[in-house]
Amino acid sequence: MSLVIVDTGCANLASVQYAFERLGVTPIISDDANVIKTANRVVLPGVGSAPFAMRSINAKNLKPVLKTLDQPVIGICLGMQLLYETLEEGGDTVEGLGLVPGAIRALETGNLPSPHMGWNKITPLKKDPLLKGVTAGDYAYFVHSFAADVSENTLAQAEYGTPFTAMTRKDNVWGCQFHPERSSKTGAQILKNFLDIKL
Amino acid sequence: MLTRRIIPCLDVRDGRVVKGVQFRNHEDVGDIIDLALRYRDEGADELVFYDITASVDDRTVSPDWVGKVSRALDIPFCVAGGIKTVEAAGARLAAGADKISVNSPALMRPDLVNELSEAYGVQCIVVGIDTFADGETYRVKSHTGDPDKTRETGRLTLDWVQDVIKRGAGEIVLNCMNRDGVRKGYDLEQLKAVRAICSVPLIASGGAGATEHFEDVFKQANVDGALAASVFHKSVIAIPDLKSDLRRAGIEVRS
Repeated sequence: MSLVIVDTGCANLASVQYAFERLGVTPIISDDANVIKTANRVVLPGVGSAPFAMRSINAKNLKPVLKTLDQPVIGICLGMQLLYETLEEGGDTVEGLGLVPGAIRALETGNLPSPHMGWNKITPLKKDPLLKGVTAGDYAYFVHSFAADVSENTLAQAEYGTPFTAMTRKDNVWGCQFHPERSSKTGAQILKNFLDIKL
Repeated sequence: MLTRRIIPCLDVRDGRVVKGVQFRNHEDVGDIIDLALRYRDEGADELVFYDITASVDDRTVSPDWVGKVSRALDIPFCVAGGIKTVEAAGARLAAGADKISVNSPALMRPDLVNELSEAYGVQCIVVGIDTFADGETYRVKSHTGDPDKTRETGRLTLDWVQDVIKRGAGEIVLNCMNRDGVRKGYDLEQLKAVRAICSVPLIASGGAGATEHFEDVFKQANVDGALAASVFHKSVIAIPDLKSDLRRAGIEVRS
């Protein structure tokens, strides 16, 4: 099993790397298009700001390869948001990878503190290999201020002020708005499911 | 619903967990990974590691233990202590810390908070505030790690909270000094006052001594998380018991 964590130039790739290592897979961290293209699994991580991350992906000329992958791909947190068509952040609209239809917008938290930070329940809406062993009410660790609305691509939703997409899927591409690498047993199960996926 | 967080805080010196009496005579409590995993298994929602290593000054290389903790742990953790620069924060985040926390250096140079949030995003920037209740006036102190060096900052706590949020703090840890180490309960009045003006997650610190104190701080001050050290380290409160008591009291916590 070769698994590539795409080096998006953001600071924190180590925690995702270690989570896969705990599952017995040693990830390759790379921004080389050929390495990414030929991997069995591709992980798009990300913390930080969307404009910064997309600028970095464009500067590394990774958009063409990331848009044409056919192996299982998972985006985590900001990495999931980058899968969408557009991202609205700080008054700018950034063009995402467009692998999942829809837009990322500020999460309407009402009177609740923002960012949405901490452990929240996820509710699966569909059956999916990534959700094997995950049941309604399992907790996941979230840290984000932006989110995707619930749509036909939503695999699981969560709620903070308003319902939003916690997990998404379009064809060979999955996304988690929460951090599976920091979501204890539930997160490890989801990452293991990702390794086990057969397309 | 978002659960309320229970956050043990561990003091780390030269890669070992220690506890001090009056900030001196530090006693070795154990291996950092063993203790981190023990709290993880007991149901801690997050851990804070406070680096009290004497030589933390201006160190920009991440201590080895940050990477080791990240390798072992599958819950989030925050690293505090000794972070004075964007580079020092970045080194700890790159080693796998989920958040970094700054306190005195932000008071010395508030622009540090702007620089950190611009570089890494507000979601991983925590500002710790040591606050002293002078009647109903709340004042920020700095350099509280050593009682001989503690300084008045001339800042009012409510003003400083609003200032750092504007600058990009993603979370506030409010350490109420009057209650620190006393185990008579969190400073509910002060936390309520801060909660009213704090638009980011707020973590209560200082004063936990019994399960009821956690119940009170969540119900009355509506904080997002409660941090404690000695009650957990000395096994005065066991986290599984605390969580089941809180659940019975109608407070949502992660099982």
